[in-house]
This record gives sequence, structure tokens and C-alpha cells, in this order.
Amino acid sequence: MLVLALDTSTPAVTAGIATLSGDGVTVLGARVTLDARAHGELLTPHVLDAAREAGVTMGDLDAIACGVGPGPFTGLRAGMATAAALADALGIPAHPVCSLDAIAAEVPRGEPFLVVTDARRREVYWASYDAGGARVDGPHVRPPAEVGSAIPRAAGDGARLYAEALGARAIDPRYPTPAGLVAAAAPNLLAEAEPAPLTPLYLRRPDAAEPGAPKKVTAR
Amino acid sequence: MSRIIMGIESSCDETGVGLVRLHDDGTVELLADEVASSVEQHARFGGVVPEVASRAHLEAMVPTTRRAFEKAALKLSDVDAIAVTAGPGLAGALLVGVSAAKAYAAALGVPLYGVNHLAGHIAVDTLQHGPLPAPCLALLVSGGHTQLLRVDDLASSITELGSTVDDAAGEAYDKVARLLELPYPGGPPIDKAAADGDPAAIAFPRGMTGPRDAKFDFSFSGLKTAVARWVEGAQRRGEPVPVPDVAASFQEAVADVLTAKAVRAARESGIGTLVISGGVAANSRLSALARERCAAAGVELRVPRPRLCTDNGAMIAALGAHVVAAGRPESSLDISANPALPVSTVSV
Ligand SMILES: [Zn+2]
Repeated sequence: MLVLALDTSTPAVTAGIATLSGDGVTVLGARVTLDARAHGELLTPHVLDAAREAGVTMGDLDAIACGVGPGPFTGLRAGMATAAALADALGIPAHPVCSLDAIAAEVPRGEPFLVVTDARRREVYWASYDAGGARVDGPHVRPPAEVGSAIPRAAGDGARLYAEALGARAIDPRYPTPAGLVAAAAPNLLAEAEPAPLTPLYLRRPDAAEPGAPKKVTAR
Repeated sequence: MSRIIMGIESSCDETGVGLVRLHDDGTVELLADEVASSVEQHARFGGVVPEVASRAHLEAMVPTTRRAFEKAALKLSDVDAIAVTAGPGLAGALLVGVSAAKAYAAALGVPLYGVNHLAGHIAVDTLQHGPLPAPCLALLVSGGHTQLLRVDDLASSITELGSTVDDAAGEAYDKVARLLELPYPGGPPIDKAAADGDPAAIAFPRGMTGPRDAKFDFSFSGLKTAVARWVEGAQRRGEPVPVPDVAASFQEAVADVLTAKAVRAARESGIGTLVISGGVAANSRLSALARERCAAAGVELRVPRPRLCTDNGAMIAALGAHVVAAGRPESSLDISANPALPVSTVSV
């Protein structure tokens, strides 16, 4: 099965093409650029470049695995709008993947760990995983000092930014990878399950205040 | 061989997908115009909340596309080119449409045209009234824009003669509606209230009409303040606020300045056609006064029907068709959304 993996939940603009079978994931082509403000510009060119490198055309794709965050909203939506439109145009399923799970999929098993990414405004998105790599808590958004976990190692770029406040050693990977995205979606992809809706994990409400009474323009 | 152009619009609070057929003779035929609006989600905030709009665009983009193709009885594979609003507009909102448009273009293997939203408001008129004479003038009035434009070539040459220096006309409507405790968006309720009022009851100021003011620029913030002052005065004296009279007098001031400047521009440049488009174009007093003054000046007035005047995908598809017909270069797939795209840039 030929799978396109996309993620824009972190500063990494990520696209990759991989084959998935019962034996595992093989990445055939990938394009990743670190630029938090270029998701909208670069993602589709990255998809086409990755396909070229993999030697496949868009019509060859069987499914999409798309990171749905949590992540900064504007960039996150660029990836999700891309995945939704590609799936619609190609008539293939797009499976949502929690972007933290995609990072977790690439962490060596054996001990519990955290995945922590940068939520900006001095907060992090985080989730905790057991020794087998299954998510046991999260995703949440919180100031790093309030994560309050005793787990001593953490993957994700947020772990590097806030290692001290988290009290955890930073480990790789820092960003979701094409292989991690496909691996995290593998059970659903292989089961050819009806994909869940492609809904972003925003975790925060929009900033918006209801206006009070109009301000007086005349002095009393 | 005719071509099918898909248009995607997401610059503000409407997710629009339109489909048009570009015929060999250059005429453009409307096939579908589907819009999903998030306006109700913004009502309690008294204005468009960008993050709320962006979230709604992402949710609505594919379903709106599906509906447009069903309405036109076409398949995605029938599309020959995709046009998308590249700006101006809200950054996060634009990005959803641009991202989706790129993906559709890449998946279908068809060219992408990033186009100017303001030019789309002009191009939409060709769907109803046929080809536009060149040159012509366009007055765009909505919650986001107030601009007087000269159009020498719809696909490549549009010049701004003037624009608002503060609030957009539609914004003034929203603010005055709040002062009068009328619902958001303010255009329709003010128009309705004004029907029972006297437009000459209160002499509200006409902004930017002094001898030293820029001839074709507009200003509505002074008008809004004058309305507030007047309403507060009545309240302070314990008098009931005559909402119909205030609405009619406010609306008269807006329509007077807009039409006077547009007709003056037509007269001075010897241009015989004026298009009025944008959400406020549907305002009854604006269109009545424009009709009167254009007739007196011998200027042909074209106002697209209200459904075409508000933001939609058909206007972007229509503009895309003109850009394609003119043989303009397609856009690269690495274009970015430009919230401040100038109207002189019709396609990017
Ligand atoms: Zn508009």
C-alpha cells in the first residue's frame, strides 16, 4: 500500500511517500523543511518532490496519513486543508494521526516517555506513553512547569526547549517523520477502516471577546 | 473547446466554491456557486473573528466543493484550471483556500491561478451582464473594502483611484447598527429600518468631501462618530432614539459620498460604465441613488445581483476564466497567501 504522509503541526513542513505492509514501513521519498511560516507555500511542492523521488505519481497513492496536531493553528490547517483536498481529488482515504503519536512511533520502546512540542505562548503540547509506546495521557496544552510528570525522557522539540522545566532528558525525534506518521496510522490503514473525520486537535478556544456596550464618544 | 474553471474563495467569513465554463468566444457561463458562511458564529462578537473564520473554512472546504460539483453535474476530473483568492484578506483564512487549491491542482494535474479578491468582485459582473467594456470604473463596497477602481483590462490592469482612509463602508454599517441596537451584520437591518425614516432628518457629515481632501478617497469613521454623538445626545436628554430617521440619514450620507465620487470619476475620465459590487452594493439607497446619478451623467450602471455581490467562489472562477482567456501565466505551486495583495496585482 502506497501512503502519502503529511504533517504541519510543528515548524517542520513534512511530506513523504512510503509503502506499508504487514512487514512495516519503507519510506521511498521525503521532503522536510524547517520553517514555521512556510507551511502554506512549501507543502504541496514537497508532496510533488517526494512523489518524484519515490518514482510514483499522485494517481498511484492508496491513502494519506495526515498529522492533525496539536500544533499552532495556522500552519496546522495548511497541512489539513492539503490532505483533505488531495483525498477528495484522488478519491482515497485520509487518516488522521495525532502528531504526538507520530513522534512517539519513532521513539525506541522499553521505558515510558513523554512527547512534548512547542505550543508557543510559553506553553507545550504534550502526551505520555507507556513502555510499549501506547498513549496513556494527553494530548494536553499546558505551561511546561505544570506538566508534572515524573517520566524522565521526552521526545519532540518542546522537550529541547523546556528540558529543565519539564525535568526530562530530551530524546529524538524532534518532529513527526513520514515513517512515524505512517506507522501511527498503520492499524487503520491496514484494516482499510473508514477514516475518522479529519478534525484538528486545537486544544485551545479561539481568542475572541464579546464586545461590551459601545464606548461613549461624548464627554459627560 | 470550452474550459471548466473552478474558483475557491476564503478571504473572510465565506467559504466559496464556484464553477464556470469559459467558452471559445471568451464568454463565461456560471455553472455552480456554493457558499458556506460562518457569519452566525461571528455575530456575538460584532465582527469577523479571524480564528473562528479559519476554523470554519477548513471544515467547509471539501463539503462546499462537493456541493458545487453536484450542482454543476461535473466531476473533479472535468476541471481545466483552478483559481483561488491569493489576497487580500485574513491571512489564516486565505491560507486554507490557497492550500486546498494547490492540492486540487496538484492532484488533478491542472494549472493554478492565484488571483486578486477585489478583481473578482468586478469580474463577477460578467456572469450576469456579459463582457465588460474597457475601460470601466468599479466601486467596491463591503465590510472589508471601499475602493474606487479604474479597470483597463480585467485580467491584467486595474488601478486604484481611491479607497477608504479608515473604516470600510460595511464596517460603518456594523458599528452604527450596534449603536442602534440592531443585529450584526448591520447592512440589512439598517436598510430595513431606513425604509420608514426620513433621509433628510439629520444632516450627518459627508467625509472627505472638502476642497482639500483627496478627490476619490473615502472616510467613514467621522460619520460613525457623528451618529454616536447624535444618539448619545438624544439618550442624555431622555428622548427616544428615532431609529428609522437615524438609519435613513446615516445611509443617505454613505450613499451620497460613494455615488458622488464614483460619478465624478466617470465624468472626469470620460468613462461610460460603472460597476458597483461587494456586499454593500445590495443596499437599496446606494443602488437607487447610483441609478439616478448615473442616468443623469449618462453613465451605464451595472450592479450584479446580491448573491453575486457578496463574497463567493463564482467571482474567483469568473476572474480565473478571464485570466486564462487572456493567456496570463499560471501561478507557481509555492505561492503564498498575501493578506495585503494590491489590486494592481490581478494574478500572482
Ligand atoms: Zn469581498
